[in-house]
Amino acid sequence: MSKAVVELPPKGGFNFDLCRRNEMLLKKGASPPSFRKTGTTIVGLIYQEGVILGADTRATAGSIVCDKNCEKIHYMAPNIYCCGAGTAADTEAVTDMVSSQLQLHRYHTSRESRVATALTLLKSHLFNYQGYVQAALVLGGVDVTGPHLHMIYPHGSTDALPFATMGSGSLAAMAVFESKYCEGLNKEEGINLVCEAICAGIFNDLGSGSNVDICVITKGHKEYLRNYRVPNTRAHFSSKEFTFPKKTEVLLTKIVPLREKIEVTEDGDAMEE
Amino acid sequence: MDLNMNVDAPHSMGTTIIGVTYDGGVVLGADSRTSTGMYVANRASDKITQLTDNVYVCRSGSAADSQIVSDYVRYFLHQHTIQLGQPATVKVAANLIRLLSYNNKNMLQTGLIVGGWDKYEGGKIYGVPLGGTLVEQPFTIGGSGSSYLYGFFDQAWKEGMTKDEAEQLVVKAVSLAIARDGASGGVVRTVIINSEGVTRNFYPGDKLPLWHEELEPQNSLLDILNAPSPEPMNI
Repeated sequence: MSKAVVELPPKGGFNFDLCRRNEMLLKKGASPPSFRKTGTTIVGLIYQEGVILGADTRATAGSIVCDKNCEKIHYMAPNIYCCGAGTAADTEAVTDMVSSQLQLHRYHTSRESRVATALTLLKSHLFNYQGYVQAALVLGGVDVTGPHLHMIYPHGSTDALPFATMGSGSLAAMAVFESKYCEGLNKEEGINLVCEAICAGIFNDLGSGSNVDICVITKGHKEYLRNYRVPNTRAHFSSKEFTFPKKTEVLLTKIVPLREKIEVTEDGDAMEE
Repeated sequence: MDLNMNVDAPHSMGTTIIGVTYDGGVVLGADSRTSTGMYVANRASDKITQLTDNVYVCRSGSAADSQIVSDYVRYFLHQHTIQLGQPATVKVAANLIRLLSYNNKNMLQTGLIVGGWDKYEGGKIYGVPLGGTLVEQPFTIGGSGSSYLYGFFDQAWKEGMTKDEAEQLVVKAVSLAIARDGASGGVVRTVIINSEGVTRNFYPGDKLPLWHEELEPQNSLLDILNAPSPEPMNI
């Protein structure tokens, strides 16, 4: 007769066991590692035929740029994309999770996903975590009910607008939109305006930088323009190669390719049930 | 001026919201400003949300909390309508709001005004402020801008107004609050609910009366800069 306690599976949510240890470490002077944030400028606008989303490509960890060309426009569904600002891990995780849920929902209903579905899934998840999942998102897409653009805040509130900006560069981008946006822009004008807004963020906000990514979504078609504009090319390259210090003696040079080319043969038995 | 605008502050609706009964229905009114800290996140938000065909709610306080509460109540009311077989009454809607607000009072920060029309009681307004009290009133005000309107309503409110008088009163009140409260602004939205149905109205900034030393509406501030300089004063 064992008196073993039944092992319950861990409940969802956050585990605060390490908080006391962290407090003690702080008092001793050890600073916690800064997490990767996307300082960011993300924007979206509705134009004649659909939705255009734009984002910069700088990811920062504290005051250091840790990724000069990251992707902030995340795939949610073939007709829905989502830009993410805030903690990079949070935006990636939450958009991946809702993207999977949308895929399962598509299998279940045999229909194209709707932006309102993605919106409700995201906002209820963020509200449940009371703002601790720091993901500020611009969700845009075109479904059977038309083009939609939504802003989702970390605490779970949402807004629906014809043009939206989020992130640390949102003020600079909003200034561009407020002065130049009008209804019924065509594709070229829309892309130019989004580019201008992101560039305003890139050049005037320290948390945003590098290149401009754009995603154009219309009914039945999408265009993901990665690095649509590269206004910050690296100007100076050192002409010297890397050399070892002069007193080093090279004994052996061996180059191992990380990935070998594998030949795929088309014959062979087909998979059987 | 504080240049460290915290765009990560929780999204809250500074707000001015008003609900007023008149002879035959109710008029709900609200401004349209949603702020995160000192930045206006949405200058044209719609704070008057539909719960059923005949009941609407004005939201104030935390944007996330008020949106979630109204989403839950809309869902419960939909189920209730199906089970009851007829449109839900305003009292039921207000009570559902109150139950959610009171039972979660430690976690929610939202003040709501429920207004609508049903065939049993006619037009009714219920206030559900922070904490989850339920008070049925002939008129009620809420949000940060409401502080500036208590005296105004004491003087201007009267029983048995007509629909147009009530709507004009609401628009005037919201524009007064917008003039004095920094957290309220944008446009004025009104919703009129009576036995005939629901009418939504929209009053953009340039249609609202100016009160005291405010600028005339302009298309661009550049017009002011390019305006001819005033005549020099003669002593």
